[in-house]
Amino acid sequence: MMRPRSQPASVLPGFTVSASITALVVTALIILPLAVLVFRAASLGPAGFLAAAWTPRARAAYAVSLGASVAAACISSVLGLLVAWVLVRIPFPGRRLLDALVDVPLALPTAVAGLVYSTLYVERGWLGQYLVPLGIQGAYSRLGIVLVLVFVSLPFAIRVVQPVLESLDSDTEEAARLLGASRLQTFLRVILPAILPAAATGFALALARALGEYGSVVFISGNMPFKTEIAPVLIVSRLEEFAYAEATAIAVVLLAISLTLLVIVNLLQQRLAQNAQ
Amino acid sequence: MANTLPTKPVRSPLDALLVTGAVATIGLLIVVPLASVFAEAFSQGPQAWWEAIAHDPDTRHAIWLSLTVAPVAVAFNTIFGIAAAWLVARFRFPGRSLLVALFDVPFSVSPVVAGLALVLIFGRQGLLGPTLAWLTLKVIFAWPGLVLATTFVTLPLVVRELIPVMEAIGPEEELAAVSLGANGWQVFWRVTLPNIRWALLHGIVLANARAMGEFGAVYVVSGHIAGATDTMPLRVEKLFQEYRTPASMTVASVLAALALVTLVAKVVIERRLEAESRDLAAVRNVAAEADPSPSSAGIP
Repeated sequence: MMRPRSQPASVLPGFTVSASITALVVTALIILPLAVLVFRAASLGPAGFLAAAWTPRARAAYAVSLGASVAAACISSVLGLLVAWVLVRIPFPGRRLLDALVDVPLALPTAVAGLVYSTLYVERGWLGQYLVPLGIQGAYSRLGIVLVLVFVSLPFAIRVVQPVLESLDSDTEEAARLLGASRLQTFLRVILPAILPAAATGFALALARALGEYGSVVFISGNMPFKTEIAPVLIVSRLEEFAYAEATAIAVVLLAISLTLLVIVNLLQQRLAQNAQ
Repeated sequence: MANTLPTKPVRSPLDALLVTGAVATIGLLIVVPLASVFAEAFSQGPQAWWEAIAHDPDTRHAIWLSLTVAPVAVAFNTIFGIAAAWLVARFRFPGRSLLVALFDVPFSVSPVVAGLALVLIFGRQGLLGPTLAWLTLKVIFAWPGLVLATTFVTLPLVVRELIPVMEAIGPEEELAAVSLGANGWQVFWRVTLPNIRWALLHGIVLANARAMGEFGAVYVVSGHIAGATDTMPLRVEKLFQEYRTPASMTVASVLAALALVTLVAKVVIERRLEAESRDLAAVRNVAAEADPSPSSAGIP
């Protein structure tokens, strides 16, 4: 029997070269660093690891990190849905400009974002001069952390929902409207369920982005232990005091959360891709 | 009979409200901060702006450092991205899905964690510490460490651009070239590269923006030594810590301007990419109409 026409894999050149480069880089830059982290943390032993990763200050840092990130991811998801909806469904002058502006947080260095946000919300800042008298402390507070995390995670929430909204089949919507459903009913029962997977993926991506954020938070939070210190800031603080063991242990906790989120995001994205077919 | 709902030329009040909400969101969260960078940076006139950049040796060094670290990291990731995309898009082998998942790791790991991992390997008390000391090579607190940290955080950017494009285009042209006698490099230069150039450019632009702006990983690895290992984002932070906010804003404005240039380039490239994918779909349609067997649809 002739070999089927498929299986070009053995005909195309470059397998060895590309495989070697990829294997080398992935091993040296991804697997090795993470392995070293885990081994160093493991060498503390279970008791040592807990003592290092579960101090009161570390617990406070996890709480601040997780709390602010979840809050920011929720806000980003809602605002992201709003912006995506407007971009896809409502024509208005300047829509293209708005669409391009959505990507600013992806291109802007986080340090610049942090600097600018803290200057804006301080008592004498453009926005702070109105907000502080109202009791809204945007700078050196947990609110500031949430604000800045919304900034960095918003594009992720928008860009995942946008293509799904664009490709929504209008037939079901039309049917609902023709059968007498109001706009709200159509939205809640036809559209929302269709975009829920995308919204969930956007939430997870926003959360993952927010959890790892360092550069912008450092400027705006004041980095006060037990109050506005996020986990990455605590890691750096320990590192600067040469407490490598503690820093490594906390880093491994963060890493575990990040990798878990990565798996969840991957699963959600696969689900999304399947739905699209 | 017309079968669609009327497309609404008249905007309802709800629509207007939603648009206002979206514009307010982007305006407050993105436009106001962006505008304030430039406003504050130039608040004392262009002369003062220039002096803050050109007359401060530590700032000059930070600019120079950023300009030497970021392109090297991007170049490295471009090579890796092309090799990895070729491997993943053109071959099937056990562990392929795991490999693709691994590419995303730098995205999800906090940059501080990444920096710490590099310190644990290349630092004085790290895995390779004694070896490096014996070779009198300095990685941490020096330029090579900055490049490594920046390379790590930008690793996925090029490869993630290339894989979908290469999979969408399919191996037919490359196979044809091979069957006509082309060797590996000829196939790459004359067939693959022209096909992926816009996606490649897109990835490079994004990687460069990320590389110039990287803070957390570089902070940990650099030792934050002004005039020696401070990149531009680190310089912004140091000036801020020293209560020199106007100078900090000045450096920040340079970074912000670069971000805007990146965005413009990105939009331009994305238009080309969209045009190309439309052409590709059109060609596929024509081919499918002419010859509706599965092989012409590019399904091996």
